Amino acid sequence: MRAIIQYIQSYLGSDQTPGAAGNMFWALVYIMVVFAGLSVAVIAMNWLERKILAHMQVRLGPMRVGPHGLLQPIADAIKLLLKEDIMPSEADGFVFWMAPFIVVLAAFTVFVVVPFGPTHAITDMNIGILFMLGVSSLSVLGIVMAGWASNSHYPLIGALRSSAQMVSYEVAMGLAVVSAILMTSLNAEGTGTLSMIGIVQAQQAQGEWFIFKFFPLGLIAFFIFAVAMVAETNRAPFDLAEAESELTAGFHTEYSGFRWSLFFLAEYSAMIAVSSIAVTLWLGGWLRPFPNFLSGATWDRAFSLFPGVVFLLFAAMCFYNAVRMPKHPLFRIQTIGLAGFGVVLGLIGLVLFVPAVSLRVQDIFWFSAKIAGFMYLYIWYRGTFPRYRFDQLMQMGWKVLLPLGLGVLILTATVALLQQRIWHP
Amino acid sequence: MTDPNSSLSNLDLETPEKPFLDANELVINMGPQHPATHGVLRVILRLDGEKVLGLECVIGYLHRGVEKIGEHRTYTMFNPYVDRMDYVAAVSNGLGYCETVEKLLNVEAPPRAQHVRVILTELNRIASHQLWLGTHALDIGAITPLFYTFRDREEILKIYEKYCGARLTTHAFRIGGLQYETYTGFEQEVKNFLQFFRPKIDEYEELLTTNRIWVERTKNVGIISGKDCIALGVTGPVLRASGVKWDLRKAQPYANYKNFDFDIPIGENGDTYDRYLVRMAEMRQSVRIIQQAVEALPEGPIMAKVPKVMKPAAGEVYHSIEAPKGELGYFIVSDGSTQPYRVRVRPPSFVNLQALDVMCRGQLVADVIAVIGTLDIVLGEVDR
Amino acid sequence: MVAKLKGNYGSGIEALTYAGQNYMLVNRSLIPEILQVLRNEEQFDFCVDITAVHYPQRENQFDVLWILYSFARNERIRVKTQIRDGESVPSSVPIWTGANWLEREVYDMFGIKFDGHPDMKRILLPDGWKGHPLRKDYGILQQDNEWVQINLGIESGQ
Repeated sequence: MRAIIQYIQSYLGSDQTPGAAGNMFWALVYIMVVFAGLSVAVIAMNWLERKILAHMQVRLGPMRVGPHGLLQPIADAIKLLLKEDIMPSEADGFVFWMAPFIVVLAAFTVFVVVPFGPTHAITDMNIGILFMLGVSSLSVLGIVMAGWASNSHYPLIGALRSSAQMVSYEVAMGLAVVSAILMTSLNAEGTGTLSMIGIVQAQQAQGEWFIFKFFPLGLIAFFIFAVAMVAETNRAPFDLAEAESELTAGFHTEYSGFRWSLFFLAEYSAMIAVSSIAVTLWLGGWLRPFPNFLSGATWDRAFSLFPGVVFLLFAAMCFYNAVRMPKHPLFRIQTIGLAGFGVVLGLIGLVLFVPAVSLRVQDIFWFSAKIAGFMYLYIWYRGTFPRYRFDQLMQMGWKVLLPLGLGVLILTATVALLQQRIWHP
Repeated sequence: MTDPNSSLSNLDLETPEKPFLDANELVINMGPQHPATHGVLRVILRLDGEKVLGLECVIGYLHRGVEKIGEHRTYTMFNPYVDRMDYVAAVSNGLGYCETVEKLLNVEAPPRAQHVRVILTELNRIASHQLWLGTHALDIGAITPLFYTFRDREEILKIYEKYCGARLTTHAFRIGGLQYETYTGFEQEVKNFLQFFRPKIDEYEELLTTNRIWVERTKNVGIISGKDCIALGVTGPVLRASGVKWDLRKAQPYANYKNFDFDIPIGENGDTYDRYLVRMAEMRQSVRIIQQAVEALPEGPIMAKVPKVMKPAAGEVYHSIEAPKGELGYFIVSDGSTQPYRVRVRPPSFVNLQALDVMCRGQLVADVIAVIGTLDIVLGEVDR
Repeated sequence: MVAKLKGNYGSGIEALTYAGQNYMLVNRSLIPEILQVLRNEEQFDFCVDITAVHYPQRENQFDVLWILYSFARNERIRVKTQIRDGESVPSSVPIWTGANWLEREVYDMFGIKFDGHPDMKRILLPDGWKGHPLRKDYGILQQDNEWVQINLGIESGQ
């Protein structure tokens, strides 16, 4: 017993991730926390997407289940779980059954290396970024399987579109990633890193996020990645694989109930995964904004108040809306619920003001906040843009992004070389 | 084609291109339950990969036998039935029918009725184009304009609701004039709507006209030349977008359109983008017409002298109007009894839909959706 | 115009007017030529509509009508011919491509066949339907019960 407790305690105070420190217990805890957090994030994302999109489109969105529709995603999840699971009679049963699992597996596995903080990751691999790109592109396999196994035309075309799209955008994506990795080697030893944590630490060491590095080269590489990642996740305006007005629902046309919700889950967690790559590579990962010219202990202290303030603002929003609720007995439960939600958020905010807490979680806060920015962008795109056509999509991937990526890579390499050899020999 | 002068001699409809590398053709059934076929249209696509080799439309899922019903109802009783054909432009249907019967009876609606007819019909044109714009943009993937157009269409429907009690199948006109006198504040409400609506068109255009993806998706898609349009009998905005400046409101003015000053917007290339621009411009012209009509709304009776029991002399009349979709014609044969001997409706959507095959050949699947949207068909009118 | 046509084709043409609208009654045998001439020489390049009317009491049961429009002259004309039940009419698809569906609809509703039409089949009603609904002897409540029972699996559609 004591040995176990000692084993558990031995990790505390370590400056490594549990995976890298080789501590099974904490690794398992982290896995559970990450996956639970991810599921909650997907649920929240579902609600937020519907709400934000609705407000962009002069309507209210879900309003009935819970105050302001807050419980809507839960109701949806229950509905999906209770739905009949239909498999087309002519479908290839095993492949049809496998496909959603492969997609979900690929989407979730990448979170093993996502660095929420210097020690807040399940593990730290020295090939972290390659692992992420590699595993996340496995999901195309599941999509092709889904499309083929459904034995129907729309899913087949959707799967073909999707696989072609993902494969071709991965090329541009890879080039952009390489140019960011190149920047990590700009140190005294001249050694770069592929580790996700190492990449952020390199940005910390250089005092500059890679998006601003070698202006505008870093920015262009980031832009290429930002476009490619939307295509990679099959979201608007590149949602051809599931273009509902053309292919009804694309590769998951024949799926229903729980299997369909797995695809849904995978799509949203893939969105979070690619956003976390972008955040890690270009936006300084868990680092707070302005690490270089607003540095010093005072600013550190000021920025550490941020998480608490944000949560208090959310709480205030809840209270404001609770006050605005119609004064009618029918709305009493909703009003109380909303106020209760505000209280919970407010308490979290207050806890975050405790220095010991805020010091430990502000990394996670900044990382999540940056991802949330990307999520908002995803929703915004969806509300604004029409859908690209397949040939136009391919044209953009191969004729615009790929040469641009190559050019940026070459220029970055040249500038980096010049900087190391000539300006700072 | 035997005739060398035939305008379609360059248009080979019978032999499709060979598929690349002799690959198998993929036959896809689109509809009748499909989100983008605007109702119950069924399109059978023959594809080479994503390229369309040819298509066949299967229609008739909404066939209700309107023409047969017409033979079994009196002239007045049949009037509400025509609202159910093009249900997004019910007022235009009613106008065409009433004017045709008036021609048979040899009566003319009084000026006040004519003015109100023009106002309501043009409002209807705007409503119809708004619905088209929203759904067309939705098909192409822009989901937001739909809600903007529906928000503004609501204002028009409110005016209808106040005027005749109905919002969709508005039975607003009677043979010989109007059933109802306009309600108090009608003119002011129409004026307010115009004031409200003018900036809204700019809002729609801001979302789409210069949007790169929108332009790429619609430019050079579904091109049809003016000659082909005429040969296929295509009318309305589709014809005008192909560069033919022809609008029945100008060419053969009905109601009292000759009193109003407006332009006929035309396009150049006859592609989806031009059709979009033409319809946007038409909304602006409609606003212009309504403005003139509502400012010069005369006083006076709203019904001409028509007999209670209508028995037109034996004869036949064809009359057509410029409905939002194109030329909407009625051919009515009277045998001197209270019921029409034969009512024939010339539905613009039905004839325009024929052009789908020509416009989609060689394009991609995604373009078929765009072209169906841009033809602006209403299946209730195609199938009647 | 009509005078010229009359001169060329003799008594097969009769020009009439009702309510200010011109139409001409043409012999069935002259139809293809007249339509061709109207299209090519008189610039009636727009075939607005093709339809038919059923008069069961007459010997020539059907009126078949072409409603034509000329963009150049801004003028409409109706060409009308009378045919017996079972008689066919030459198709005008080679003259106006747009006549395709209109002729199919006339066939669907009246059972009048058009010779030389590329795809003479029903358009609005299902392919196996029996009867042509716009004929006067087809009742307004009538339907092809057999078809409904086989294809829809219900006793009656009414």
